[in-house]
Amino acid sequence: MDEATTARDPGSSEAPPSRALVIACGALANEVLALRVGERSAFDVTCLPANLHNRPARIPEAMRAKIRAAREHYDRIFCLYGDCGTGGELDRVLAEEQVERIEGAHCYAFFTGLDDFETLADAEPTTFYLTDFLTRHFDKLVITGLGLDRHPQLLSLYFGNYTRLLYLAQTDDADLDRRAEAAAARLGLRYERRYTGLGPLGAFFAKHDIGGA
Amino acid sequence: MSDDELDLSSLSDEDLVKQMHEDLYDGLNNEIEVGVRLLLERGWTPFRVLTEALVEGMRIVGIDFRDGILFVPEVLLCANAMKAGMAILKPLLAATGAPRMGKMVIGTVKGDIHDIGKNLVSMMMEGAGFEVIDIGINNPVEKYLAAIEQHQPDILGMSALLTTTMPYMKVVIDTLKEKGMRHDYIVLVGGAPVNEAFAEAVGADAYCRDAAVAVETAKKLLAGRQGSAHAH
Repeated sequence: MDEATTARDPGSSEAPPSRALVIACGALANEVLALRVGERSAFDVTCLPANLHNRPARIPEAMRAKIRAAREHYDRIFCLYGDCGTGGELDRVLAEEQVERIEGAHCYAFFTGLDDFETLADAEPTTFYLTDFLTRHFDKLVITGLGLDRHPQLLSLYFGNYTRLLYLAQTDDADLDRRAEAAAARLGLRYERRYTGLGPLGAFFAKHDIGGA
Repeated sequence: MSDDELDLSSLSDEDLVKQMHEDLYDGLNNEIEVGVRLLLERGWTPFRVLTEALVEGMRIVGIDFRDGILFVPEVLLCANAMKAGMAILKPLLAATGAPRMGKMVIGTVKGDIHDIGKNLVSMMMEGAGFEVIDIGINNPVEKYLAAIEQHQPDILGMSALLTTTMPYMKVVIDTLKEKGMRHDYIVLVGGAPVNEAFAEAVGADAYCRDAAVAVETAKKLLAGRQGSAHAH
């Protein structure tokens, strides 16, 4: 999902001042929306485009612009992003803007938990991860995004050091499972699947009393 | 050869080199190989072919990458074309007494298997006349130390793509400090999440944002070091 904005537009004058806003990576949009179900879902959601992941240097200032556009309409703003390869720049901007970010360097850790993800990465650093979102958009973000549709000979340069594709599944969806397995085959990697559900993502929302588990 | 296909052998040296820059930009391996062989046949030294035809071509590629005109897939294709040319030149360079700039040990840090940037730096450093010992991916500090001891480089290069692995650069640099070896080597760091502030914080000599900058920085720091050695 690109530039997804749900519920109210945070820049709109209709947004009441007491609500919280979550600014998320577009890759997390579906999962955040799943947490908006129920009476405790006292937050709006807006997203930055998921494909910023391919240009992480642009994330911090894009986040700052979102925050500033929304500031006057919300009492509380939260950032749902990993460091996402910004080398600490995102956290520097968030500190300046006084916005809290969910803990973790990678969004995969939001689903597995920080300790579990560290264990996974240590055990097999040659792992390429997919989530529900990445599986759904594998062709666009990975194959087309890396130019493999036009230049398949680059596959070994990108993925030659990987050995395993691990699909961290947020839902039990046979079709996504099949697509993730096909993605692994296309990249020439061993396939594994692990169900995570929404993991600590829900706990983050509960901790701040804006919905979730 | 079709009528509209360009006969490289019909071009003057100057036009052939210009054409090779374009072919490199388009990632045309075969054309680069033909061009390299033609220039050698015309009496060019391997070092001159390397610097004027290949390295200069990649310098143009680097500028367009920096400016957002070319993207990673295209740069990789260009690099492949340069590699094809270098494969012909490499065995000839040593035999013809090409100048050696210095020696570098380079590898990605422990936990990091992403080597595209590191490979580009290796290639461009070799193209600039450096001897490069590439120790590959996922290197613990022991492996860096062993390579340093074995090869006695002027420069140590470390690369990381992940925010979670880049702090390991400090582990390596701190170990060099503990062993009293830090000032024996120029330490260069790079990778997508790395920046100047990080390089300074971990005690590296410089951050290199891309392969071309790595070459320029290595030359500059090495010249400064040699100048300083001569002054003593």
